[in-house]
Amino acid sequence: MNFEEYAAKSLVLAPAGIAIPRGVLCRTAAEAAQVAAEIGPCVVKAQVPTGKRGKAGGIRLANTPQQAAQVAAQILGMRIGDYVVERLLVEEQAKIVREFYAAVLHDTAACQPLILFSTEGGMDIEEIAAAKPQAIRRLNVAIDGKPQAQDIAGMLAGLALGAAEAQVAGTLEKLYRAYRSRDAELVEINPLAQLADGRVVALDCKFTLDDAAVFRQQEIAGSAGAEAMTALERRGAQNGLKFIQLDGNVGVLANGAGLTMTTMDVIRHFGGRPANFLEIGGEAYTKSEIALDLVLSNAGVKSLVINFCGAYARTDVMADGVVKAWHKLKPKVPVFFSIHGTGETEAVALVRSELGIEPYDFMEDAVAAAVKAAQ
Amino acid sequence: MIVRKEDKVIVLGMTGKQGTFWTEKMQAYGTNVVAGIHPKRAGETALGVPVFASTAEAVSKVGGDVAVMFIPPSAAREAAVSAAAAGVKLLVVLTEHIPAQDVMAIHAAAARCGTRIVGPNTAGLVTPGECFVGIMPAFVPSVFKPGSVGVISRSGSLGTLVCLNLTRAGIGQSAFVGIGGDPMLGTTTLDALRALDRDEGTEAIVIVGEIGGAMEEAAARHAAAMKKPVVAFIAGRASPPGKKMGHAGAIVTTQAGSYAGKRKALEDAGVLVVDTPRQIPEALAITRNTSR
Repeated sequence: MNFEEYAAKSLVLAPAGIAIPRGVLCRTAAEAAQVAAEIGPCVVKAQVPTGKRGKAGGIRLANTPQQAAQVAAQILGMRIGDYVVERLLVEEQAKIVREFYAAVLHDTAACQPLILFSTEGGMDIEEIAAAKPQAIRRLNVAIDGKPQAQDIAGMLAGLALGAAEAQVAGTLEKLYRAYRSRDAELVEINPLAQLADGRVVALDCKFTLDDAAVFRQQEIAGSAGAEAMTALERRGAQNGLKFIQLDGNVGVLANGAGLTMTTMDVIRHFGGRPANFLEIGGEAYTKSEIALDLVLSNAGVKSLVINFCGAYARTDVMADGVVKAWHKLKPKVPVFFSIHGTGETEAVALVRSELGIEPYDFMEDAVAAAVKAAQ
Repeated sequence: MIVRKEDKVIVLGMTGKQGTFWTEKMQAYGTNVVAGIHPKRAGETALGVPVFASTAEAVSKVGGDVAVMFIPPSAAREAAVSAAAAGVKLLVVLTEHIPAQDVMAIHAAAARCGTRIVGPNTAGLVTPGECFVGIMPAFVPSVFKPGSVGVISRSGSLGTLVCLNLTRAGIGQSAFVGIGGDPMLGTTTLDALRALDRDEGTEAIVIVGEIGGAMEEAAARHAAAMKKPVVAFIAGRASPPGKKMGHAGAIVTTQAGSYAGKRKALEDAGVLVVDTPRQIPEALAITRNTSR
């Protein structure tokens, strides 16, 4: 889950001892003016859990409280990506001398944490990688250890950081500790700025918390930015189901990410368009009742494929949930089953006797029939 | 990573609901389960085998080649690290949603101890007609039958479907290697491909891949030099581009993980890539009749 800048700075950077500008979270133009009166010339920054805020006009300078109120009024309510701006961070302006890039993230190829640093701050890391790949320094760290001072010094060697070098090195060590203690998937400071007064300060921060670690990051997890979702996707998430609404008309209910993706692929193969992705694999296999409700609540659905291939997920348990939901919802759309694997004898018998439907032997045939029915 | 019926298997979390259900299935199929682990039930006997407090104790008392984990995510790191330290050679990590930094620690411990990890988030390993370790429907005769085709799959459900299609076409399997759906795996597609390439009982191999990561591309480079025929299906062609993992992640892995890229890499290596799972048996027949 992604955090907005303010939450990332105050919950992750500041507790790790990384310097951040003075700033206050505001919800109205009046609040922004009041904060500007206290801290002087300021930056008014839209708080949404996505990038490209500057390019969208969501970050503006203000030199007086009146200006702060004015730009705040313009930014509030603005749409950036999938989000509408409801909060602003009003921060003191910084006199920037140099901008750096710093991040710690998973290096999945090496199965280790990776520290990234570049003197080309302010740009997206993808842009730096494309334009000046030699400007990016990398340091892998053993997960059971920590970055050693000489390794960080080696990483920064030749970058002519001058007086800022010690502060940059310290920031990287602290950032690594923050990554570890906060279960970050990514924690990124861009830019990390050297100011006219010599300080090195984090002017922006992106923090992504590992979804799988929420159970031990309870004190910060609640402060994550709300994800942009459709109403149905939100209902899925509230029930612990990964539901992605698509623009097609063939509904999909399958178990496991691999089989679900394959069902969507085969729909495409036969010229149809999938209406959703929905994962009920793993422990979620007991949730087929609510899952079916979700798929059928999608107004665009003209036919439905139910494709179960039970390994861990027992098809008899999933079929039982489907049958129960079916009796409750009494859907009008035609449905096409393919059921195999763990529990298949019971599951097939249940679908036959309760719904009067004969499952197809091959998922390809069930999908082809569903695509045809949706046309 | 091809399990044999002689291999001594230790089950971590055996006395839980899922642990009990699947251990009974494994035993009935022929897996040599020698011990269960549960700190509070040490000294008891369950499902006909002794329960020990730790994997180390089990290994010292009754031995153990393979360990399999029915352990929730929050306890997975400690269980896996101690199983590796106990000297288990092969550790099958079924657990899904282990925090990524814990997964790194598990892999680091395995590397130190010389343990091979399969997973995390794998459905396990099946040697049809012999034994299985994990949560695969090895015991459903319409799905698995002994034979000479090795199957490598990131997904349990899709791997099950592929084996079912093979079995229906009269093609048996030498081994099913579920490598797992996590981004950081102990055993990659390439590792499994090499093992099946070496295996005398395997004559042809099916790779069941997915979009994301670079494992299929790496396996393709090895496949190009193989004598045994390889067929592949890659799931995710119709999936919308991933919303996740913006920014820095992309430059670290330096690849897109797209369907098109994987398919091209495999086809350039002489692997026949099919459009739907049902086409796999026919593709195998074609590749086996074409000399490479």
